[in-house]
Amino acid sequence: MPDSGTNTGIGASVRRKEDFRFLTGKGKYTDDLNRPGQAHAYFLLSPHARAKINGIDTNAAKQAPGVVDVFTAADLAADGVSGPICGWVVTQKNGEPHKSPAVSALASDRVNYVGEQVAIVVAETLAQAKDAAELIEVNYQPQPALIKMKDALANGAAQLHDDVPGNLCFDWEIGDKAATDAAFKKAHHVTKIDIHNNRLIPNAIEPRAAIGDYDSGMDMMTLYTTSQNPHVARLVLAAFMGLGPENKLRVVAPDVGGGFGSKIYVYRDEIVTLWAAKKLGRPVKWTAERSASFLTDAHGRDHDTHAELAVDKDGTFLGLRVSTLANVGAHNQIFSTATPSYLYGCLLAGQYRTPAVYGEVKTVFTNTAPVDAYRGAGRPEATFVVERLVEKTAKEMGIDRAELRRRNFIPPDQFPYQSPCLVQYDSGDFPHLLDRAMEVIDYAGFSARKQASAERGKLRGIGLSCWIEACGLAPSAVVGFLGGGVGQWESANIKFNPTGSVTLYTGSHSHGQGHETVFAQIISEHLGVPVESVEVVHGDTAVVPFGMGTYGSRSGPVGGGAVYKAAQKIVEKGRKIAAHLLEASVEDIEYAGGTYSVAGTDRTKTMAEIAFAAYVPHNYPLDVLEPGLDETAFFDPMNFTFPSGAYFAEVEVDPDTGVVTVLDMVGIDDVGTVMNPMIVAGQLHGGFAQGIGQALYEQCVYDENGQLLTGSLMDYCMPRADHFPSFRTEETNQPCPHNPLGVKGCGEAGAIGSPVAMLNAVIDAIGVNIDMPATPEKVWRALQSQAQAAE
Amino acid sequence: MPTVSMTVNGQPAAGEVEGRTLLVEFLREHLGLTGTHVGCDTSQCGACVVHVDGKSVKSCTLLAVQAVGTEVTTIEGLATNGTLHPVQAAFKEHHGLQCGFCTPGMVMSAVDLLSQNASPSEPEIREWLEGNICRCTGYHNIVKAIDAAAQAMKG
Repeated sequence: MPDSGTNTGIGASVRRKEDFRFLTGKGKYTDDLNRPGQAHAYFLLSPHARAKINGIDTNAAKQAPGVVDVFTAADLAADGVSGPICGWVVTQKNGEPHKSPAVSALASDRVNYVGEQVAIVVAETLAQAKDAAELIEVNYQPQPALIKMKDALANGAAQLHDDVPGNLCFDWEIGDKAATDAAFKKAHHVTKIDIHNNRLIPNAIEPRAAIGDYDSGMDMMTLYTTSQNPHVARLVLAAFMGLGPENKLRVVAPDVGGGFGSKIYVYRDEIVTLWAAKKLGRPVKWTAERSASFLTDAHGRDHDTHAELAVDKDGTFLGLRVSTLANVGAHNQIFSTATPSYLYGCLLAGQYRTPAVYGEVKTVFTNTAPVDAYRGAGRPEATFVVERLVEKTAKEMGIDRAELRRRNFIPPDQFPYQSPCLVQYDSGDFPHLLDRAMEVIDYAGFSARKQASAERGKLRGIGLSCWIEACGLAPSAVVGFLGGGVGQWESANIKFNPTGSVTLYTGSHSHGQGHETVFAQIISEHLGVPVESVEVVHGDTAVVPFGMGTYGSRSGPVGGGAVYKAAQKIVEKGRKIAAHLLEASVEDIEYAGGTYSVAGTDRTKTMAEIAFAAYVPHNYPLDVLEPGLDETAFFDPMNFTFPSGAYFAEVEVDPDTGVVTVLDMVGIDDVGTVMNPMIVAGQLHGGFAQGIGQALYEQCVYDENGQLLTGSLMDYCMPRADHFPSFRTEETNQPCPHNPLGVKGCGEAGAIGSPVAMLNAVIDAIGVNIDMPATPEKVWRALQSQAQAAE
Repeated sequence: MPTVSMTVNGQPAAGEVEGRTLLVEFLREHLGLTGTHVGCDTSQCGACVVHVDGKSVKSCTLLAVQAVGTEVTTIEGLATNGTLHPVQAAFKEHHGLQCGFCTPGMVMSAVDLLSQNASPSEPEIREWLEGNICRCTGYHNIVKAIDAAAQAMKG
């Protein structure tokens, strides 16, 4: 553990300011809050994956003990309230926008997945609401469900939505098809692969929850909710869902217990809970049960991909061709079109100089829960395709996996590098990352370790992944050009208090990332205030001026950039105040570490003295300067950031049981400037666990009728502590050239690079291609069929 | 409705509950002790771990009426006079928490482990935590924190 020492600025492992309340049970998550006079809500969920609704009878439920009221889609429609929206218009191959069916806030004439919300029961107690929900009579007319993408796309398949022919959300392409076809004609060798990126269920440990509250005197609605981006939720609720204007809407996201993307979206249950509070004139509280979370939280991944890599005789990559089917589930959500298109396709070149790349993606509606951005969002899927293909190419051509990659790396002196997939990589040193990863894992010693395992009857494997991602979402102009509906700047407001302490209001939202500490470190570094004198406030639209929230590893690069810019404004205003107080010209005032001085003299003023003068302006240049020391900045980046890394996984497989034991996981990352090494390592560890979880354990399974077979923590294998060894991480600290802190972002890196490194290791051990998750059964069967084939 | 009474964090606590009321519901909703969390409905996640008569228990698996007459300790009762318990202090020192939601259960579980085994090995710590799920940390720093707490408590 790096020592924080006395330094509390950028680069120190400052222990987290937020920990005391979490460690003593004093955190305040949404379900910990209660409003006076609140009623409790329970949602009736569809038991069918696809059915017509011929009628809903709520009379018996409304008469049940303690029931306040029961509402269905008709009640919401009468008030003009609508459901979840899509935030990104993807332009298809044919030039038309993607298909985005209208979604109601509760299911109206049909249901399209198990778990779709059909009615809300509000009662005095939760138990009463649950009991009453059993009395609701829904006249369902079940229909055959479309669960597999190929079935939904089949000619003559039934349609989930009347206005979406063929259940095709979009058919999209990226790259240069003609150039790629030409490259394949010149190929010495073509590696082909068909792979499935397994569907994941987020399972933030805090279930989603919401409390709606309405103040009729002020005509003000308040939603307390488990959101990663409360201002975005307010914007969406006001602009698209018909719940009232933004100025009459307050969204509070208090302590939030993990998000991973699943808490970006504004869900039906949140919309309806808020609406019901106003309708009933009393607060309404709803908290998801875990089984409802499994059914209704947006899922992640779920791609089927065919990909081909064309190489010349010495292993130089000539062209890459990728064709993907991506499941979007029953309807669109905010990022569900952006994730399998731009967040995926733009990274298909990976770390390589492959001159010609062509990717095409079809997204498909199915009778399953919505699929949206989850923990890496598109970039784990891209990395999976590229790095499985490269690994397989190395094996087929008999070239060492590391050597093949090294021959094809974009050289460090070629940045900025225009990828054939739209984006311009800003920086990177891929050979250095690989060199260091090989040292740390002791790549040269692997064959001896493999031999030692073999002597114990075990199969040992090593897997590599060299990955790059685009994050720090995002340059607003680029987002707008590509079809995104919002800006993706971030804002920060720094208020000096008269006695020298600071309150920072940030539009980023912390749900585990440690903003209260890291943003205080930025203030400490640039304004000379100790971290304990900095209060970081986030998560309340009534308090924080504006924000776009936390997702896409954007808090450090974009949110941190806004904090830096606001700090610079403070420094410049303080310089003018200092010049007045020190009776010198502004040009002669120097600033460093929280102290102003007159150049060449020992006359100084501390930032605390400047703050006091700003609020008690008895001696102050009021003719040219306003009182107060309070500055707001917005930061909109010029480009995405491009973290990269080289990951090795090493495993041992028991051929008798198929059990995979993870022996080592090494990640060498370039996440730019590391503001707090302790927190960065923690972010990467969590990503590794997710990546290994995807590679070995996690799998969302629907049966052919659309029933979720993995609908509880007893059925869906969440990684546990004893699944892992200790992880080994290092960062190379190559600054991002286009944001003021040089930060690239680290929230998603681990989950992007690790799944494929782990799967490559398993495949290396057993010598058979298998899909994720590499469960003992799957591994054992693969080994058995290999043995039979050999007989 | 039955009346239940027990000792919670050293103080007498009583209330009228429905028979189906879980211990965790009694703690959270009747006593306002919201540090104990509910993360699942199948007793898998471990966010609700408290101590009942000194042993770690998932408080979602116990009815409030089953806890009558017991001594219950929740995360709110672990620190003394504002001084963190060595396990709490080690979680902070070693970044054993991120979003904090699983943390109360993790800490209460770890305290019980160290009461039974003052010097657990890394595999023993990992195995013990099988009933506590964390989605943020990858467990790496939780394991380090518990190991460090064990060292600190041996003094």
